[in-house]
Amino acid sequence: MSKFRKSNAKETPAVSTASLPDIVFMLLFFFMVTTTMREVTMKVRTTLPTATELTKLEKKSLVSYIYVGPPQKQYVKFFGTEPRIQLNDVFAKVSDIPDFILAERAARDEAEIPYMITSLKVDEYTKMQIVGEIKLELRKAAALRINYSSRMPKEKK
Amino acid sequence: MRKTPDIPSASMADIAFMLLIFFLVATTMDVDSGLERVLPQMPPEVQEDTPPIKERNVFSVLLDQYDRLMVEGEIMRVEDLRDKAKEFMTNPRSLETLPETKLTEIPLIGNVEVTKGVISLRNDHGTQYGMYIAVQNELVAAINELRDDLCTQKFGKNYANCTSEQREAIRAAIPSRISEAEPKTVGGKK
Repeated sequence: MSKFRKSNAKETPAVSTASLPDIVFMLLFFFMVTTTMREVTMKVRTTLPTATELTKLEKKSLVSYIYVGPPQKQYVKFFGTEPRIQLNDVFAKVSDIPDFILAERAARDEAEIPYMITSLKVDEYTKMQIVGEIKLELRKAAALRINYSSRMPKEKK
Repeated sequence: MRKTPDIPSASMADIAFMLLIFFLVATTMDVDSGLERVLPQMPPEVQEDTPPIKERNVFSVLLDQYDRLMVEGEIMRVEDLRDKAKEFMTNPRSLETLPETKLTEIPLIGNVEVTKGVISLRNDHGTQYGMYIAVQNELVAAINELRDDLCTQKFGKNYANCTSEQREAIRAAIPSRISEAEPKTVGGKK
């Protein structure tokens, strides 16, 4: 009994700092992995619709994105609240899509062109008219593989 | 008084790595995913006459500007669409009103009744995108479920776990024919 009392009376040793680098590296790796770099600044709001039969976009380098949705708050003054198309960093018209597709193709190897996918990130409250026009332009530009970007529903009913 | 020995810190790195690996596995990265579809080619200028498709072989799905769904002339809820589409694609009781099937020999599977059915989807300019995706999702789900069923029946495993040859056979047995008609504006403002 007396043995324990003796050890309690002892000074607590300082916490070792030898593992601090490890912890820091761990955090670093964690954030490195979880952050996804955004290449474009979003000028439109896109709340994606939900769907269950999803396919993952495997090769990110082969995907070109078309965003459609109502403009963000700071752009409402100039562009209104109706859904607009965003290509790269700018607002665009439907007629800009063929040029966009050509530019995307030019940026890639010729062998990769047939495997390119256009991902449509469209707000779920958008009317189909604008989507129909985009699809028509994509067909004209022969960019036939598309992916209606959507997310998994949170929980099953 | 005896000095307490330092806590050994050699295993700290191991703990750190364990945590790191835990987080790596547990975090779901934001992977882009969606419904993959292939658009039809632009039709050539001069259109050759294609033989008309029989009425019984067409599964017409209409979406109007108020997001109402009409399937084969009946108003329907999105929840019921999947079963209806599955019934159409299989025609289990060989009804006159459902599509014809053709006995085809497919490698790996053998003789299968392959449906001639085509799903035709038409939406309005005023339809909401979310609704359109919900309908597309149900149609794709119907076909995926049928493929899964056939796969389990023939190969005893899911479609996702099959080899590419097996998948090709399954795809031939249950084709995914979803055609989209040109949208129409039915009255009202766009």
